[in-house]
Amino acid sequence: MAIMAFRDALRTALYEEMERDERVFVIGEEVGRYGGAYAVTKGLIDKFGSMRLVDTPISEASIVGLGVGAAITGLRPVVELMYVDFIGLAMDQIANQMAKLRYMTGGQLTIPMVLRTQGGTGRSAGAQHSQSLEAMLAHIPGLRIVMPSNPADAKGLLKTAIRSDDPVVFIEHKALYSVKGEVPEGEYLIPLGKAAIPREGSDLTIITYSRMTAVCLEAAEKLAAEHGIFAEVIDIRTLNPLDMTTIAQSVKKTKRAVVVTEAHKTAGFSAELSARISELCFSDLVSSVVRVAAKDVPVPASHLEKFSIPTVEEIVQNSLALVQGR
Amino acid sequence: MQLQEKDGAKTSDMYDAGFKKKMLITMMRIREFENGVAEAYLRGMTAGSMFHLSVGEEAAAVGLGFAMQQGDFFTTHHRGHGIFIARGADVKRMYAEVFGRTEGYCKGKGGSMHIADIHLGHMGANAIVGANIPISLGGGFSIKYLKQNSISVAFFGDGALNQGVLYESMNMAALWKLPVVFAVINNQYGMGTRIDRASASLRFTERAETFGVKGVEIDAMNVEETYKAAKSLFEYVRGGNGPGFILANCYRFYGHGRKDPSPYRSKEEEELWQKRDPILLYRKQLEQESILLNGEFEKLEESVREEIAKAIDYAASCSLPAPEELYTDVYSSEA
Repeated sequence: MAIMAFRDALRTALYEEMERDERVFVIGEEVGRYGGAYAVTKGLIDKFGSMRLVDTPISEASIVGLGVGAAITGLRPVVELMYVDFIGLAMDQIANQMAKLRYMTGGQLTIPMVLRTQGGTGRSAGAQHSQSLEAMLAHIPGLRIVMPSNPADAKGLLKTAIRSDDPVVFIEHKALYSVKGEVPEGEYLIPLGKAAIPREGSDLTIITYSRMTAVCLEAAEKLAAEHGIFAEVIDIRTLNPLDMTTIAQSVKKTKRAVVVTEAHKTAGFSAELSARISELCFSDLVSSVVRVAAKDVPVPASHLEKFSIPTVEEIVQNSLALVQGR
Repeated sequence: MQLQEKDGAKTSDMYDAGFKKKMLITMMRIREFENGVAEAYLRGMTAGSMFHLSVGEEAAAVGLGFAMQQGDFFTTHHRGHGIFIARGADVKRMYAEVFGRTEGYCKGKGGSMHIADIHLGHMGANAIVGANIPISLGGGFSIKYLKQNSISVAFFGDGALNQGVLYESMNMAALWKLPVVFAVINNQYGMGTRIDRASASLRFTERAETFGVKGVEIDAMNVEETYKAAKSLFEYVRGGNGPGFILANCYRFYGHGRKDPSPYRSKEEEELWQKRDPILLYRKQLEQESILLNGEFEKLEESVREEIAKAIDYAASCSLPAPEELYTDVYSSEA
């Protein structure tokens, strides 16, 4: 196992899949010569050339549409949308085309396409470059949605996404790109729809994904060290398919659930998780599901940004209140 | 044959009596099909009422459709029945789809506005105005990537001429010299808005040329003229010279939908265009050229009518999808 940064793990996955399958190509703004706004595709153009690392004009709707058309006609595009915040520009192609063409044509058309994009806070980038918009996508049947939390998962899930015959939206977190971790070499595939349990515990279950996984793990450590409370942490990894089996098993054991997301609370994916846990585990729960999510305000620039998203302390306090029945 | 292939177009096609007759019959088949849909709707046989008829646009569909080749890709707009018939659709399966039956092209899940058949190169009719254009751009990208000798044609109405994705896609197609054709079935109306009420300039081929896309404008009430212009443009595109744009001027004889009596346009205007009915015009021409003999048109009419009646009967006898079908085809696999 090699220690590598999140962005390098992604690049390794792209490199390996492009070497394995000539139909795989990468297209998007600044993916070629520039090497990607966050350096994920850096250097790939030297190996694969400009026909497989395609720099595009700033035309998000048509870039995604090109990917859909190329996928239908035999290629396996990895389309990069530089920021998930730009999704509005391409939403018709994502929601009405990429997600639905298979169903509308009675299964005739296959869209083996990955839409790689990036979101979240951490760079004081302001309200148009810091959002967590996964709920807007999770609402639409036909899309698979992946949000990895660590370098190994980034590699294993991206390789699986590229080999999937369904359209996958793969949302990376901008604050994770430099995070390092152990990454298995070569063929390493993680199935979509399988949650991870990075920390086991017996007193409550914290359910989360993407960068909030690390924040929740820190909170769990603090709960154990300072309060003798043992939290189990579940990283769902994929929002669709959603591994409710693993979540329900854990909640039935701990009888308490805290859902943590960096996305806004109102109509966010935390609402979906909370509702499903209540539906599946109502009789096991000793208290209602608790949600810790971003404040319902646009993400501000400056130091205000960190007040808008869940903190370790906030998760600890909410967990304590839940366990102690306060 | 070699000589006849000069200029990329098969000259034999253009002057062959059989080919001409085939163009006429296909236009007649389209019209009969569309009228059959309208009648079936009145008899309560269609699944819903969201269909858009292309009566008046048959020469555009046939002229452009016949100029394409096997292996070419295409997408259409919501008014796409005629184009697909021109590309060889099985009208029985089309009716089955419009009637919401399992035997339809999309198992009854798409309906009139989403008919597709990837085996005939049809990447799908689309009900979002202009949204099929970047998808056809992707088809053109694949052709170049895989070094094939096909073209990818996006058919859309004049209503899509002011959608942003058209210009994004024209730019990329020209930038990378992709074998893409932007084919406008200009029936003069986007729903109830006439083209001159929606566009500041009507010089659309100039818009295309500005992007580096070869632009052609044709009288698409004349099927042969349409065919020749399309054939020549398609060969240019097939030859790796870059994308093309073709403005096929025609007229929508009916309203936007079947319940639209078209209060936004005058009877005089309608009559002016109806005098240039593409089927009547071509019938006259073929009679003058002695390709159609006395009484032959009526015979053709009868056989087309019979074919369409049979197709409607077939579709009506097809099964409705089982409720479990609701859940199939959303994803390729469980996870």
